[in-house]
Amino acid sequence: MVTLSWRGRAIPYEAGETVLDALGRAGVAVASSCRVGACQSCLVRATLGAPAPAAQKGLRATLVEQGYFLACQARLDADLDVAPADDLPLVRATVARIERPAHDVARIFLAPDAPFAYRAGQFVHVVRADGLTRPYSLASTPDDALLELHVKRLRGGAMSGHLCDEVSPGDALALRGPAGACCYDEGRPAQPLLLAGTGTGLAPLLGVVRDALARGHTGPIALHHGALSPPGLYAHEALTALAAAHANVTYAPCVLEGEAGDARVGDLRERFAHALRALPGARVFLCGPPETLKPLQRDAFLGGTRLADLLVDAFVTAAPSR
Amino acid sequence: MTTLYEQLGGEPAVNAAVDIFYRKVLGDVRIARFFDAVDMHAQAAKQKAFLTMVFGGPNRYTGVDMRRAHARLVIDGLNDGHFDAVVENLAATLRELGVDDAKIGQVAAIAESVRGEVLGR
Repeated sequence: MVTLSWRGRAIPYEAGETVLDALGRAGVAVASSCRVGACQSCLVRATLGAPAPAAQKGLRATLVEQGYFLACQARLDADLDVAPADDLPLVRATVARIERPAHDVARIFLAPDAPFAYRAGQFVHVVRADGLTRPYSLASTPDDALLELHVKRLRGGAMSGHLCDEVSPGDALALRGPAGACCYDEGRPAQPLLLAGTGTGLAPLLGVVRDALARGHTGPIALHHGALSPPGLYAHEALTALAAAHANVTYAPCVLEGEAGDARVGDLRERFAHALRALPGARVFLCGPPETLKPLQRDAFLGGTRLADLLVDAFVTAAPSR
Repeated sequence: MTTLYEQLGGEPAVNAAVDIFYRKVLGDVRIARFFDAVDMHAQAAKQKAFLTMVFGGPNRYTGVDMRRAHARLVIDGLNDGHFDAVVENLAATLRELGVDDAKIGQVAAIAESVRGEVLGR
């Protein structure tokens, strides 16, 4: 006999029924809509046991690996514990080191207290002692000893102010995660990769580029970083060095204004449109605030990028607290 | 006797249609705003569910689901003209995939059958 549980609570399960139906009968509210495995409204996560492959059809590889599945398509053949998709494990971490590559950007390196499995390009929710929680992308890859976050200080930003100005090495933080699927999947090593991000939207892209290289990507990799003015190109030297070290990597910095040195002055959207034409069939990674990202995403899709080749991580800023 | 869904090519056909259909509605100024989401993958998943249904495929949608899913859009002004535009883009998508007019008519008829629920009537 197989057993089903919801965050550890036993749920009566009748052979042949779906996890969605069993949960519904037990009074557990899981959002659902089409109930045929298409709309993905009923996405949940297995915390113990492996969901049947049929319940993971159509999901991105990153989500499949991390046990996400569609409750409406899942029938049990082995024990399964299920949790809501956004109910992520909590891990404690210690601040190991802080760098300040720009006046309003901090690179925070964290040592997790327990092994923390994630994919380059994913994000975590940082949880402060008082419960304040905000998402930040990981700039590191799992091969790195430490987790790395890039934090831009926002005007009135409760968490960004805390991370940029108040924490110091040795301090403890909690992380909830990982989440997100803006990741490099193996399988097409020669496909061009086109990555664009503004501000600290660079962080996950940096992880993705290093991950792609480590996994033997051979196709061209073009990384566009946009900033308001030159100091915002906070990884300029490291990225110039990365491009110099790998023949297939190009780094294209772009600023809206200011004396730019070797960076282009102009609109990232225009530069991106040009890059799209130069790299037909590219897999596209976009990270940054939704207002800069949406037009780029739209241009890519309407320009012919397959939806499956569009990997996007929107940085939605929390409303300022009063 | 095969079903309409099987004649259209089943799930692979739906997958092929999603990219084409989504590109069309986003490029259609009459209705683009209803489809202009930041999370394009979530939006595409909803469209896949819609296409599966109008292709005559498996679905367990109820009238209540349809009303609830579109209530917000109705408040934002979703009307018959928008619905017509969606059906037009749907037909153009199927034509692009080489589907004959008779089958396109059948798909359009299924879409028509939910018009009232989508528009909250």
